[in-house]
Amino acid sequence: MNYNWNWGIFWDQTPDAAGTYFTSLMSGLQVTVLLALVAWVIAFILGSVIGIMRTLPSRWPVAIGNAYIELFRNIPLLVQLFIWFFVVPELLPGELGIWVKQLRNGPFIAAMLGIGFYMSSRVAGQVTAGINALPKGQRMAGTAIGLTTWQTYRYILLPLAYRIIFPPLTSEFLNTIKNTAPALTIGVLELTAQARSMQEFSFQVFEAFTAAAGMYLLLSAVVTIGMRLIEKRLVIPGFSMGK
Amino acid sequence: MFSTFDFDVIWRSLPYLFYQGMVFTLTLTVIATVFGLILGTFIAMMRLSSNAVLSGIAASYVNLMRSLPLVLVIFLFYFLSPYIGQWIIGADRPVQVGAYTSTIITFTLFEAAYFAEIMRAGIQSVPRGQVSAGYAIGFNYREVMRYVVLPQAFRNMLPVIFTQTIVLFQDTSLVYVLSITDFLGAASKVAQRDGRLTEMYLFAAVVYFVISFTASFFVKRLQKRISIIR
Amino acid sequence: MKRFLLLGPMLFGSAIAAAFVTQAGAQELTGTLKKIKDTGAITIGFRDSSVPFSYLDDNQKPVGFAMDICYKIVEAVKKELKNDKIEVKLNPVTSATRIPLIANGTVDLECGSTTNNVDRQKQVGFTNTHFLTASRFVSKKSAKLEKIDDLKGKTVVSTSGTTNIKQLNEANAARNLGINIVPAKDHAEAFLMVETDRAAAFVMDDILLASLAAGARDPNAYVISKDAFSKPEPYGIMLRKGDDAFKKVADTATAELYKSPEGAKLYDKWFMQKIPPKGLNLNVPMGPEQTKAFAKPSDSPDPDAYL
Repeated sequence: MNYNWNWGIFWDQTPDAAGTYFTSLMSGLQVTVLLALVAWVIAFILGSVIGIMRTLPSRWPVAIGNAYIELFRNIPLLVQLFIWFFVVPELLPGELGIWVKQLRNGPFIAAMLGIGFYMSSRVAGQVTAGINALPKGQRMAGTAIGLTTWQTYRYILLPLAYRIIFPPLTSEFLNTIKNTAPALTIGVLELTAQARSMQEFSFQVFEAFTAAAGMYLLLSAVVTIGMRLIEKRLVIPGFSMGK
Repeated sequence: MFSTFDFDVIWRSLPYLFYQGMVFTLTLTVIATVFGLILGTFIAMMRLSSNAVLSGIAASYVNLMRSLPLVLVIFLFYFLSPYIGQWIIGADRPVQVGAYTSTIITFTLFEAAYFAEIMRAGIQSVPRGQVSAGYAIGFNYREVMRYVVLPQAFRNMLPVIFTQTIVLFQDTSLVYVLSITDFLGAASKVAQRDGRLTEMYLFAAVVYFVISFTASFFVKRLQKRISIIR
Repeated sequence: MKRFLLLGPMLFGSAIAAAFVTQAGAQELTGTLKKIKDTGAITIGFRDSSVPFSYLDDNQKPVGFAMDICYKIVEAVKKELKNDKIEVKLNPVTSATRIPLIANGTVDLECGSTTNNVDRQKQVGFTNTHFLTASRFVSKKSAKLEKIDDLKGKTVVSTSGTTNIKQLNEANAARNLGINIVPAKDHAEAFLMVETDRAAAFVMDDILLASLAAGARDPNAYVISKDAFSKPEPYGIMLRKGDDAFKKVADTATAELYKSPEGAKLYDKWFMQKIPPKGLNLNVPMGPEQTKAFAKPSDSPDPDAYL
């Protein structure tokens, strides 16, 4: 049982001769970041829509919003990824299904949708909480000065709510980064997948996974520090939601 | 759309899916919750201690675990835990840790970081005055924790602990990457053997949904009851 | 408990990890036989879908040609240790996890379809070759893909952690084919990618492709390429590297089995008869390389040694 440590392994060529193991890990990191960003855009937009719906004065939008959150929150992410990747194309009409399945970026697109929808239910929860945390007087004031519901949201509630929920949204974004890793099961070559494949070809298990772990730590440190800087500028005296 | 649906494949594989798959999923969930909570409580106490070294170690552990994707940790611990076992007991060869034991250790250690944060908030939710009162009547640290702080911390945090357990229940599906037969693993093995992906994955989604939804419904009711008592 | 508490934070400190793993290396003088004797158990690593070598039958129990061979090795180990009561534990492995799991002691024997090559011999040991197979690809007949070059620009799947995906990567780079290579967790999953038109082809050992295609819903829809990515390469049962005593027991047991009529009978059982779960008959008669591998058992990683 000899484990041969070889930290120089990162500078060795990979079998596909496309570069060193280091460059393949870096390409994994790029995919992770890209996937996290596009999934976040989806999560943010859908989550905002659903989150706002749940604070509207009428019954139906609230019910639909609640059902949406329950649906995406109560099914494991991995199962949702499998459904987007394996099941959805089968349910599309013939030609379209085949076209979707043969998309070169099929795994990436499925992962982007899967992670995006999954995270949107959490973003929605935060948005609703943010709006509900505002004093009732804000909404009434909007109505009192003759703003429509849309205008009240646009000019009064949302600008405040998003600034309040900035810290919890930061941690949801960090969760989005971590949630890109299960995408390796549908063939997305993100950071963990690249570490796994480096381990398979070079047999240097611990170097590969330690390096990947280091990259995730670095990534979350960069995001956390960056967000803290923005957060300071956004903070509203008298309003805070904590984490 | 459902004309080619083969419900029979689900029916035929039910015993396998539940007796083998779901039993393991639930076992893993329960064990990791219990041990993760115990370990997490200790980590939270370390983190809140006045000893800078202890609190530093606890904080780094929590931050480390919370920054890493669970999938990566599952792989890493699967390969690493035999060496760690060897190191702890000083054996002359890596300790044999089977796939199932390994996932239980991984989930316990990983979830402990999340439970630690919950318990930290729980401990902090107990008013300082009660702690001082505890010391005033002659309790030592251990007794203050045991009789005053922790019982209230657990009670206050019960809904959050259960919510985290539901998350954990869903996270156990990630052991799929090790080819372990949890509920999703069982479903995917049947799906691949019989070429019935659509049926099996949709069925798996329904089962996870029903369990998680029902559980979170009861957590919400619990939350209301606890908040009324307070 | 304290010790357990402190353990967590240290797990990832790679420097610390380095310290204790090297230490482990220095102390490791015993071996698998001692371990089996001490613990009273031997752990066999099995595969999900390496038909007919190691796969799950209808009751989801691992069976197969390599599994049968491993049970013979277990018999020999029992005899060697003069202990009938050795328990056999089964541990699932994938192509990606099998080598680290042999190395870290989780699995003692890996019984499946692992190619024995020079690279891997630096990490693990192999007992006598039990099969030879070349790396090819399977695709739908309707796609009309015959040669490796036909895969140009296509999406092609292979199983992660195999020699095949490595060869595919190499061919892709050497011939400048621009193939979009997708790794799958196991063979069944990879084949499904072709079955559901997500990938144009699946690159794998031809025997595994043949059994996957034969077990498909419409076996006639698939064709296996004539073009190969490699010469027929040897499969071996994997064990820990540098454990001569244990390897000797395994080598002797397998050599005896392969040379005896029982070896041919075992081959017949898995390759010429109906096999579980669906009663499929692979109908692959023993070729000249296989005959030679059985007549003169060898653990050579060199494909030319079997010609």
